[in-house]
Amino acid sequence: MPDKAIIAENLTRKFGDFTAVDQVSFDVEKGEIFGFLGANGAGKTTAIRILTGLLAPTSGKAFVAGLNVYTEMEKIKKSIGYMSQKFSLYDDLTVRENIRFYGGIYGLPRSILKQKTDEIIEIVGLGDAVNKRVASLPLGWKQKLAFSVSILHNPDIVFLDEPTSGVDPITRRQFWEMIYEASENGITIFVTTHYLDEAEYCDRVSIMVDGRIDALDTPAGLKKTFNADSIEEVFIRLARKEVWDERYQS
Amino acid sequence: MNTFKGFVVKEFRQIYRDKRTLTVLFGMPVIMMILFGFAIRNEITNATIAVLDFSKDEITRAITHQLAMSNSFTLVASLENYHEVEQLFRAGKVREVVVFEHDFAGKIMRNGIADIQVITDATDPNLAGLMQHYTSRIIEDYIISVNKHQQIPVTGVIPEIRMMYNPELRSVNLFVPGLIAVILMLVSAMMTSISITREKELGNMEILLVSPLKPHHIIIGKVLPFLALSIVNVITILVLAKFVFNVPFKGSYLLFFAEASLFILTALALGVFISSAANNQQTAMMISLAGLLLPTVLLSGFIFPIASMPEILQWLSHIIPAKWFLIIVRSIMLKGGDVFMLWKETLILLAFTVGFIGLSMKKFNVRMG
Repeated sequence: MPDKAIIAENLTRKFGDFTAVDQVSFDVEKGEIFGFLGANGAGKTTAIRILTGLLAPTSGKAFVAGLNVYTEMEKIKKSIGYMSQKFSLYDDLTVRENIRFYGGIYGLPRSILKQKTDEIIEIVGLGDAVNKRVASLPLGWKQKLAFSVSILHNPDIVFLDEPTSGVDPITRRQFWEMIYEASENGITIFVTTHYLDEAEYCDRVSIMVDGRIDALDTPAGLKKTFNADSIEEVFIRLARKEVWDERYQS
Repeated sequence: MNTFKGFVVKEFRQIYRDKRTLTVLFGMPVIMMILFGFAIRNEITNATIAVLDFSKDEITRAITHQLAMSNSFTLVASLENYHEVEQLFRAGKVREVVVFEHDFAGKIMRNGIADIQVITDATDPNLAGLMQHYTSRIIEDYIISVNKHQQIPVTGVIPEIRMMYNPELRSVNLFVPGLIAVILMLVSAMMTSISITREKELGNMEILLVSPLKPHHIIIGKVLPFLALSIVNVITILVLAKFVFNVPFKGSYLLFFAEASLFILTALALGVFISSAANNQQTAMMISLAGLLLPTVLLSGFIFPIASMPEILQWLSHIIPAKWFLIIVRSIMLKGGDVFMLWKETLILLAFTVGFIGLSMKKFNVRMG
């Protein structure tokens, strides 16, 4: 599977009778910033959990970094990074200790770890705060730090599950600058968000409704297809259509 | 291996940072030891009694003297009539009143039989029972000693009782093994389950599972610090028991620590098992308290003897690992029990350990799959 960062073919995940992800197919190019949009409960997080190996798919195929999610999960784990919805650094450890810990579990040697730590302090602008406990940092710094930590081991692909929720607009802006920089360094970005303005920053956007991908294109392409001014409008139209269909089909 | 080392370092650091929990973990054994050792006792000392003597002869005076001399009782009043008995009890001044009938000595000389009435305040039934038992022992002892000099025919059989292995009936000897079991359950099972569910609750567990860290690395890394803490706690209790409470230790320390490790492993596995069922720290704590701590305290024979429980509870006690651990530890400490005496209990404990470790590993993996 060359040249593709992620391939999903008819990927499905059921929980009992409920189908959270319903025959989803898409490709993500290497180095791309791929936006994964959808309302709450549309199946975004389930899809991410499948691709990161936290959940097994019910049926369908999926390849991450050219590796099969059914059989090569252990290898996949080494080449992906993950930042979850919930905050993921340890509050009771210092910034430095957090970096050392997460670098450690990915097996980074000491020398590289030290160099990376300095880089992160520089990028996030932590300065002396590096020896403070994470609990004492403002949320914006924590989020930026969490992102830096998730790409510490230089993964091929990083999965970001609503990384900017609850963050102020300026920090969101800075956060996206960090995402662009990571992308320029060749890291594929797979990001879910419900800030629809952020979708405009992505190379391509997919919109998930009720477990299926209803639209997938560049932001410009989507607006053109749906004859809309913004992604927000596209999104609302897709969501409405669902309601519309339900109302008149039954 | 390096990744695993980093994980363990982080675990120790987090526990060390949490000063409040750390204080509780190290303070708890000491406080519990002192509470159980000093406050909760089954033997009686200086219980207040009064005597109502209608006879006032040589023998009743001698018996009264014996009672007053004993460490168990303090004689606070000599009464003249029955009205005073009720008054004293109501005022809470005495716990027991001993009544000698009229012409006590004379009846003994003539018939070999005379009546003593022992009235106790049974608002505390345990204490009342014990006091009656003590009183009758003292009176019997006196009668026997008198018999040797004067040939008074005393009817009835008087059993000679000998308490083996714990001749002074010191309750602290009995509590120490139980206390070890309770503390190990608390530290090993409850703290482990709380620590793992905390990772889940804060969302760190997902990050760990997405990393190349293997699930069994996570479990072992989580469990190791509490294993170390538990062993420190066991040593603390043993030192206190030996030097503060003079509890004997007759058996082998090696065997004791081997058995304790087995029990710790069982508790740790239970902790991991609970953490895979609970999604937040509160739930984990409640399950640990209700599901592990209560049975360990109530059904293991720690406080209430298993032999006097209803049959259903006796059956239930078989599946409480602490019960078997208690039998083992009491035997090692008080009787000097060795492997040959304890192989059966050890095997049962081993079965629990292996079973629970297997179960918790399986459950943990399934949950995350």
